Amino acid sequence: MRAKRILALILAAVLALGLAACGSAQANKDKDGLIKVGIVNNPPSESGYRAANVADFENVFIEANGYKVSTFYSLKNDEQLNAAQQFITDGVDYLLISAAATDGWTNVLESAKKAGIKVFLFDRMMNVDEGLFEAAVISNMEAQGKMAVQWLLDQKLPEYNVVHIQGAMGSDAQIGRTKPLDEQFSNGTMKCVVQQTATWDEATAKQIVESVINSGEKFNVVYAENDGMAKGAVAALDEAGITHGANGDVIVIGFDFNKWALREVLAGNWNLDVQCSPFQAQKIHEMIQSLESGGKLSDKIVINEEKYLDAATIKQEDIDKYGIGD
Amino acid sequence: MGSLFKKLTRSQLAIPLFALFLIVIFNLIRDPEFFSIAIATNNDGNTVLTGNLISIFNGASAVAILSIGMTLITSSCKGQDISVAAMAAIAGSVFVSVLRSNEITIPVILLAFFLSCVVAALFSLFNGVLVAVFKIQPMIATLILFSAGRSIAYWINGGATPTVSSPLLTSIGGFIPGIPIPTPIIIMVVFLILITIVLRLTNLGLYTQVVGISERTAHMNGISPVRIKLIAFIISGVCVATAGCITVCRIGLINHETLLLDAEMDVILSVAIGGNALSGGKFNIYGSVIGAYIIQALTVTLYAMKVPSAAVKAYKAIVIIVIVVFSSPVVKDFVFRTYKKLFKKQAEKEVQAKAA
Amino acid sequence: MQNHIVLSMKNISKSFPGVRALKDVDFTLRKGEIHALMGENGAGKSTLIKVLTGVYPKDLGQVFLNIDNCLREINVKSPYEAQNLGISTVYQEITLCPNLTVAENMFIGRGSYQTVNWHTMKKRAAEILEKLNIPARATQQLDTCSIAVQQMVAIARAVDMDCKVLILDEPTSSLDEQEVEKLFSLMRDLKSRGVGIIFITHFLEQVYEICDRITVLRNGELVGEYEIKDLPRVQLISKMMGKDLEDVSALQKHKPVAEETDEPPVYEAAGLSSIECSNAFDFKIRKGEVNGFTGLLGSGRSESVRAIFAADRITGGKIRVNGKDIKIRKPKDAMMQGIGYLPEDRKRDGIVEDLSVRENIILALQVMKGFFKPFSRAEAEAFADEYIKLLGIKTPSTDTPIKSLSGGNQQKAILARWLLTNPQYLILDEPTRGIDVGTKVEIQKLVLKLAEEGVSITFISSEIEEMLRTCSRLIVMRDRKIVGELNGEEMTQDNIMHTIAGEA
Repeated sequence: MRAKRILALILAAVLALGLAACGSAQANKDKDGLIKVGIVNNPPSESGYRAANVADFENVFIEANGYKVSTFYSLKNDEQLNAAQQFITDGVDYLLISAAATDGWTNVLESAKKAGIKVFLFDRMMNVDEGLFEAAVISNMEAQGKMAVQWLLDQKLPEYNVVHIQGAMGSDAQIGRTKPLDEQFSNGTMKCVVQQTATWDEATAKQIVESVINSGEKFNVVYAENDGMAKGAVAALDEAGITHGANGDVIVIGFDFNKWALREVLAGNWNLDVQCSPFQAQKIHEMIQSLESGGKLSDKIVINEEKYLDAATIKQEDIDKYGIGD
Repeated sequence: MGSLFKKLTRSQLAIPLFALFLIVIFNLIRDPEFFSIAIATNNDGNTVLTGNLISIFNGASAVAILSIGMTLITSSCKGQDISVAAMAAIAGSVFVSVLRSNEITIPVILLAFFLSCVVAALFSLFNGVLVAVFKIQPMIATLILFSAGRSIAYWINGGATPTVSSPLLTSIGGFIPGIPIPTPIIIMVVFLILITIVLRLTNLGLYTQVVGISERTAHMNGISPVRIKLIAFIISGVCVATAGCITVCRIGLINHETLLLDAEMDVILSVAIGGNALSGGKFNIYGSVIGAYIIQALTVTLYAMKVPSAAVKAYKAIVIIVIVVFSSPVVKDFVFRTYKKLFKKQAEKEVQAKAA
Repeated sequence: MQNHIVLSMKNISKSFPGVRALKDVDFTLRKGEIHALMGENGAGKSTLIKVLTGVYPKDLGQVFLNIDNCLREINVKSPYEAQNLGISTVYQEITLCPNLTVAENMFIGRGSYQTVNWHTMKKRAAEILEKLNIPARATQQLDTCSIAVQQMVAIARAVDMDCKVLILDEPTSSLDEQEVEKLFSLMRDLKSRGVGIIFITHFLEQVYEICDRITVLRNGELVGEYEIKDLPRVQLISKMMGKDLEDVSALQKHKPVAEETDEPPVYEAAGLSSIECSNAFDFKIRKGEVNGFTGLLGSGRSESVRAIFAADRITGGKIRVNGKDIKIRKPKDAMMQGIGYLPEDRKRDGIVEDLSVRENIILALQVMKGFFKPFSRAEAEAFADEYIKLLGIKTPSTDTPIKSLSGGNQQKAILARWLLTNPQYLILDEPTRGIDVGTKVEIQKLVLKLAEEGVSITFISSEIEEMLRTCSRLIVMRDRKIVGELNGEEMTQDNIMHTIAGEA
């Protein structure tokens, strides 16, 4: 029975995938006073983060809140550009964009401006003139890294011997989350035991930590640039019999606020998790409402408020409220 | 001595074994303690073995298992399946979704593993049909699942990175209480024994090679090339499911984006380093497995040497190029001829001595 | 006198691991002569040629080539270098690129690596093809041509190069008589222009038709060099084989099996057709009978026997084996009925080149035994040893890859493969093609011996004499149709020719 269900699931998935690929960017004229919004985003399959991000927008931009929404998902910039152009032709009121790549958007945004369409950027910045969009609601990866490093410094450990597991080299998150720690390394406030990329891969992260353990070098902090790699690192610690977390020898830090990761923090297995908030919809909703009621926006660039949760302070409500995934 | 050297240089395993030997020597010079094995107690209270040697064998198990299936596909189809890692993500996702909808017990784990094997075998069979029946080049045929596989895994996972945790799973991905050797190593050994038995008790090896060398000859001698190729893909499917499930159990998490990321390239490399021609024909499963261990030993060495993140791949590439060049027939022949020249005089002396 | 010699090889020696292929061999080629290089399989002919053309480095000895009327020592390291020196070769097996056009095959890899002028190339190719009467278009893809035409393209390629020495290694083995004639006229033409031609063949008639001198090799050693008029055939054969040739003359013609018996035929087909052989035909063979399909190349004789073995997809027909209705849809069905098929194209359909002699010998029996019942190493070894001895296959060991054996020994190994299955009906499609006289005789003797033991055999050969010697019934084909059947006394060369020509 179960096999059949799973098979059916897979077949359905394959079909749905095909359909999604042909997904279209249709916008309908409204006659009921709804605000027409076109959203260009990356597909939810990109990551757990993106899935939460897409879900957030689906929850906020609904008819009950006065919106008529068309959405287009793609990982490819050129497809996104075409979709945005189509939204402009269809005459939406607002265009919300999370770009796949930072370049190439100037023309499209200019034609939006000509058509009187207001543009919001969310999640990611793009390389365009600030006059071309109303506001950008983005995460600041470096701020996240700073938050984690500051928390570490606040612990006032006698020494910091850090195993630093990096994400895929060159990605926004890797660059932002590496920088504050690198500063500490060069200041001499913290010692870098090892700094190695695991390309976001949990199993690779485990191998890196294993290799540190095998080398016999002492360390008391594992700074992993996402939750998955932190989990991989912890698996290696567990296998070597090294205690970790609130009452352990090694401090474990992860990023992204996956629910399962926060539960590890709650259980005291990890010490800290830093948010990378996928929730930009509410902020944009507020700004649109303010514009609609004739108000003005104060800031061009709005940094998404992000927070951290550590083992000492975390509560179950936090997990339910902020955690992504399940 | 001479004949032993001759045998060794002619053997397919000569170069991979030699490369492994060099890596070992290099590490021993760098750090005499490198391969020492220590006994530790892990956080679950089990006595376990740790050390780089264990890490190498443990870390390579997934790629080693995948390389077995890949060797069969390479030999019979004269091409490679580049979708194995993506299919492993699918298999792992099926595994996790079954586990998550049930209480985790041994029968449920077995059921979940069985289902992920079935699913992986079906996907692999899909590749196989494209390759064997529709005669599409393997790399093109498997490109479909290479690009779509992880998206399919995403749909099965419902867009998240679901976790599963149970002491039973830790036993599979880590250690079984009372046994100090990591379970993935044991699974790999069992798998190797199984495949050895299959190769002994059936004609799979012979038929696969005949099909890979000359499909027409195979046909003229009553062997169906299509059937042999499909068998290779089905076996590869089981390998894929096993590798996927092991990797899931290691971390207790399925991340369709990163599970066995880029492993297909490592797997294909293992096959090549193992002395198997990527153009098909004769094969040696053990060569491929040794190839997988070489790659892992190299990775662990680079970690231990603290090579900067950005440069790891470049270093790996250099070493692999050297190995592959050395195993090329041109270099092999040169070594053999040089040896012959060097020892010719000695051999002649021996002959004279015997004559006298 | 010196400048009449175009090529001289002195004291050439060459060994391979475990085998001494050439020992102190001398060879001299004069301007404007056709010089036959004769010897059995493994005598060293091919090795000598490969040393000359730089495929193999020689161990010892010297090679001199006439350059500007003066013999100079040369040390050729690659076939490409040999070509540039004016030594061109047409090998026994076609070594062209099947997926390129005829014109490309004729010109690519020659001369400078600079720009290619496709137009001139095509034009030039068309001229040569026309001059040599080769039935191919310059723009045709090579593998769409028949094997014979491919062979002729290879010769055209070599001929067009301004060569001093032209080596023809078994060029005629896949050509029919007319094509051979064309080739010969071409050879005479080249001869008159002063080209020295080394001609390797197993067809004695051809040697005596066209050659001026003969060099005979045996077991890697030089037997001697002779003027053609001084060496009658029988002597040539005995020199090649190292013994007197009462064997050949002693070959008894096969006795026809009595037509009227109560026993049903071993194999009987009615209205058999396959995707390659669309004209349905009837065919039967009795126990112990040797019959043959004859006809020109491309007449459909191979396609017919392939249909019997179900090597191509069967499209119709009823089969009875020993009087029982049987369905034969794929080769394995045929094998399970005790039918064996030795294919025409040994290299592509017969051998598994990278596998050992042992594996090649046991293959068919292994398949019949079943996927789940592999022979143990000892069993396989015993089978291989038995048949290597029985057929006198020359191989260093059972483990040697079959591709390193000479053509005749490869053929014997394939024959061993089918004999091992203990067939009741054996189809031999060109079993003597491209192998030496001694082995040819051995194979013919084997055919007759098997027939005496009750095995039914269908024998196909391009050499009509062989067919006449072995078969008791001949089925004559033309244009993919059976046009006649000859029995007993009717079987003469003349009759066959007339039947093929449709004048009977």
